[in-house]
Amino acid sequence: MKSTLLVGALLTAMTATSALAQAIKLADVAELSGGGATVGTNWKNGIDLAIEEINAKGGVLGRKLEVTHADSQSNPGVARAQVQKALDAEPYVLLGPGYSGSVKVTAPLAAEAGIAQIMGGEAAELTQAGNKFLFRTSFGQQSSMPKVAKYIHDEMKAKTVAVVWVNNDFGRGGRDVIVKELDGLGSKVVADLSTEAGQADFAADVGKIKAANPDAVFVYLNEEESARILKELKRQGVTAPLMGETTLIGQKVIELAGDAANGARGHVGLTTDAPVDLIKAFREKFSKKYNYVPDHNGLKGYLAVYMVKATTEKMGKVDPKKFADTLHGLTIKAADEPGILMDVTFSDTGDIDRQSFLVEVVEGRQVVKQVLPKVK
Amino acid sequence: MSNLFDLVVAGLATGAIYALVAVGFTLLWQTSQTINFAQGEFVMLPAFLMLAAMHVGAPFWLAIILGILLSMILLGLAFKLLLVDPMMRHGVLPLAIATMALAIGIKEAVKQFFSAEASPFPSIVPTGDVSILGHAVSLQSIGVLIVAILAVVGLTTLLNRTSLGHQMQAAAQNPTVARIIGVPVERMILLTFLINAFLVALASLLITPIYLAKFSSGEVLGQAAFIAAIVGGFNQVRGAIAGGLLIGVLDNLAASYISTQYRAAVPMIFLIIVILFRPQGLLGRAEERTV
Repeated sequence: MKSTLLVGALLTAMTATSALAQAIKLADVAELSGGGATVGTNWKNGIDLAIEEINAKGGVLGRKLEVTHADSQSNPGVARAQVQKALDAEPYVLLGPGYSGSVKVTAPLAAEAGIAQIMGGEAAELTQAGNKFLFRTSFGQQSSMPKVAKYIHDEMKAKTVAVVWVNNDFGRGGRDVIVKELDGLGSKVVADLSTEAGQADFAADVGKIKAANPDAVFVYLNEEESARILKELKRQGVTAPLMGETTLIGQKVIELAGDAANGARGHVGLTTDAPVDLIKAFREKFSKKYNYVPDHNGLKGYLAVYMVKATTEKMGKVDPKKFADTLHGLTIKAADEPGILMDVTFSDTGDIDRQSFLVEVVEGRQVVKQVLPKVK
Repeated sequence: MSNLFDLVVAGLATGAIYALVAVGFTLLWQTSQTINFAQGEFVMLPAFLMLAAMHVGAPFWLAIILGILLSMILLGLAFKLLLVDPMMRHGVLPLAIATMALAIGIKEAVKQFFSAEASPFPSIVPTGDVSILGHAVSLQSIGVLIVAILAVVGLTTLLNRTSLGHQMQAAAQNPTVARIIGVPVERMILLTFLINAFLVALASLLITPIYLAKFSSGEVLGQAAFIAAIVGGFNQVRGAIAGGLLIGVLDNLAASYISTQYRAAVPMIFLIIVILFRPQGLLGRAEERTV
């Protein structure tokens, strides 16, 4: 009797171990608290949704996906420690972080471990350091800012521009590219204002914008500060058109800024309001599961997991060492892998090429005004 | 020049909030030698209590009353009985460290049970502007200033004009003698904790529509109020008020006339100068301690 029990217990243990061994382990490190909580929470929820869908359909090459989430507290130092801890567990692919500053300090760790890192950072420099394991889920600033500058110059006909940016890696990176691009096009930067992350009072900054009297204002801040400056711009009666990136016209910004967000425009690599059927379906699934409308970070997290799926299926095996090589130069078509939502091509540096959108906030909703095609 | 007017008004409104929070620092210090490093989180929490009340269906006015009452129970009574009293006998430093731990605890609890994301918060003052001397001034700024001034005037009247206030001052200045002449010192100390809880709840109500309800919003506020209390004088209520207003205005003027990039540094530099040349604060009095 005793031996039967023992054999039974051993068999159960072995079955459990083999089931665990079969799962493909992903590690996510994201901004689940701190200044980037909106970014990280959307990203995490996007990942969870994608994994749930993929597992419900039988997983990747017959194996289930599993993910562990760790909180970077929006702090690069904590992000580095969390990524090191995640890498020690030898994941198949590392997902996150979303903040460029955190990506910058964690990318060398993943590269050293030979693990591909699919992240949400948009700072231009991230993919310019020759890292062979780093991949974006959205446009880098070097891809998006020229489009923004061109729009400000050609469509808004702005000869003078005020640039407001947040003093961190993300803000400084964007500011450097846009100022250079505007200069090249002949639009003059008449106010160049740095602000602090977490800043609450924008009276002084908006006062300076007013004094400079620009034809257009380019706002490049994180979501919560974007909402505050939008309110202050409205209060002080600044009428110059406002242009930004995703962070100026995101869902959270619209919710926090209310009326003040109306009229703001932004170039958006990803938006849940895109006139694309697969994205509309994603938005519906996400809203149903989490009870709120996701922003572009929810899309990024979702896409990151489908990048893992498509790349692995292309290889035909689960091989962490070959993953990065396979993804470089890969084109994933939405017709073949609907989870990727739009056709996308990855360059040798991990940058992406995809269509993008020009969005305006109209009566509290993002309205896509123009679709900008894929470059190649 | 018009810019200067706008900056000063916005700075005064922010400064008035710092002042409300800084007054709490000085009250607790005077009566119980408590340096409350969770003061910023004390401002953050009442907004969430009010939001929670609204989530279960309470109208805004009822949520405000419930929020203030709950704050007085949690941040006044419970804070004193469960943390300050047991830690006090170990000295000022262990108590200060315990309040730091409390700050982390409150933040994490809000993050866990509410959300890590910022939530909008309704304003008690209507949004919009009024014209004063040809300048558009936000009603919110004016409302914040008026409520803060009323609170501070009420507090100073209580302290200086009433028997209760005199007893509180006596308990703060010399508890031993106060006890001899029949002042219920323990009750007076508890009262200052309740007043502090009321002030932070009021500050929370005023500032959350601007700062947004977020678990981390107390960090910046607590730091600014602490600087304000030191600059003004840690042992004087009027010092804390002056310090708060000064820091609020200075921050805006620095951003506008020196550099937006160094705005955060200017109050710090000012703090260092005050500590170097007038360590008791601008309006504080020098304290002598027996060794």
